[in-house]
Amino acid sequence: MAAALAPVVDKAALFEFLTRTGDNTLILGHRVSEWCGHSPVLEEDIALANTALDLIGQTQLWLGLAGEVEGKGRSADDLAYLRDAAEFRNVLLVERPNGDFGFTLMRQFLFDAWHFELLTALAGSKDPRVAEIAAKSLKEVAYHLERSADLVIRLGDGTPESRKRMQDALDELWSYTGELFIGDASDDVLAEAGVAPHPASLKDKWSVVVSRTLAEATLKVPTSSYVHKGGKRGVHTEHLGFILAEMQFLQRAYPGATW
Amino acid sequence: MSRPVLPSVDQVRQWLSEVPDPEIPVISLTDLGIIRDVAWDGDTLVVTVTPTYSGCPATSIINLDIEQALRDRGIEKLRLDRRLSPPWTTDWISAEGREKLRAYGIAPPVEGTAADGRLAARVERLASGSNLVIPCPRCGSSRTEMVSRFGSTPCKASWRCTECLEPFDYFKCI
Repeated sequence: MAAALAPVVDKAALFEFLTRTGDNTLILGHRVSEWCGHSPVLEEDIALANTALDLIGQTQLWLGLAGEVEGKGRSADDLAYLRDAAEFRNVLLVERPNGDFGFTLMRQFLFDAWHFELLTALAGSKDPRVAEIAAKSLKEVAYHLERSADLVIRLGDGTPESRKRMQDALDELWSYTGELFIGDASDDVLAEAGVAPHPASLKDKWSVVVSRTLAEATLKVPTSSYVHKGGKRGVHTEHLGFILAEMQFLQRAYPGATW
Repeated sequence: MSRPVLPSVDQVRQWLSEVPDPEIPVISLTDLGIIRDVAWDGDTLVVTVTPTYSGCPATSIINLDIEQALRDRGIEKLRLDRRLSPPWTTDWISAEGREKLRAYGIAPPVEGTAADGRLAARVERLASGSNLVIPCPRCGSSRTEMVSRFGSTPCKASWRCTECLEPFDYFKCI
């Protein structure tokens, strides 16, 4: 029923967008889940695991729809477990290794602030299938953003040691944020059809939230404008391969295994 | 052979109100507000369920429990549909459900406190410590504080009472 109302757009462009969105949540969800059992305190361990769980849940919705749109019978699991690195479309930011707790929280904050603006825009998508997943995810991501912003402020405006670690994390991650706002031909197609916002249109709102939070955290916004990019078109850093080696181990070792 | 009479939709809802939530067994699936529709499609019973959190691991268990409960009641043809829109909100937890949560030791959601990601609201909240008063489900004191934004399940946060000193779960408002 819902599908009948969706505007007709190029299927390949829509599939591309859905895998980009689902791969971002999948890879970040996996990264964050690596903290399970390793966090500095129990409460944070639980919080990180729950954040990861939300992201993996959202992945099932995005990649599930991607498989449906593609029409080749691939499920969310097939897309998660049976593709190799070059077919993944996540931005490089989410595959950065976790580093310390502060680094993980800074990465989360920079992503959450963008994710929140993306989902807010997508909740008004002309494709109702996209809009309903976005509206569902947005509630969870609003919570993630409040938490990560809170911790960035507390750790940034904390001890000299925590402040230094947060500034180092920000300096290292900054050049990975630009990719979030770079569009290509398939982004143009979806923006024109009103299915998804053009990535560049999210930049200003993101910048306001990020700069105000960082100011509150007494952290200095880096001035470098260099942008690491490639993930959105399948050109990844070496880290993604290691993530997949672990995440896809079972399906690689025992193809088709189910339980 | 005569056609068996199909149970009414109200009867089915009554049965579902006896199925406990797998994570918080003191409340039922109908208390939780996740049963969005019950209808007959010909002789097939269609139960429409909405997930609480998108990654909640209880979702598949809930579907199994619904199926089991209805099969036990003699329903043969059954379909479970998932509905995402409108997204589940804690506003749908029944008054009875809230009371059961409190009696069980889980503070029920406080309306109007859902995260909206807005910076202004957050900065204000940080400045004032917290604008959220969650009464302790054990002693009723309002002198409580948040320990962590997350708790034992995706839907809960960890709080503690500074009066009776007991830790407790708070059912987050979304």
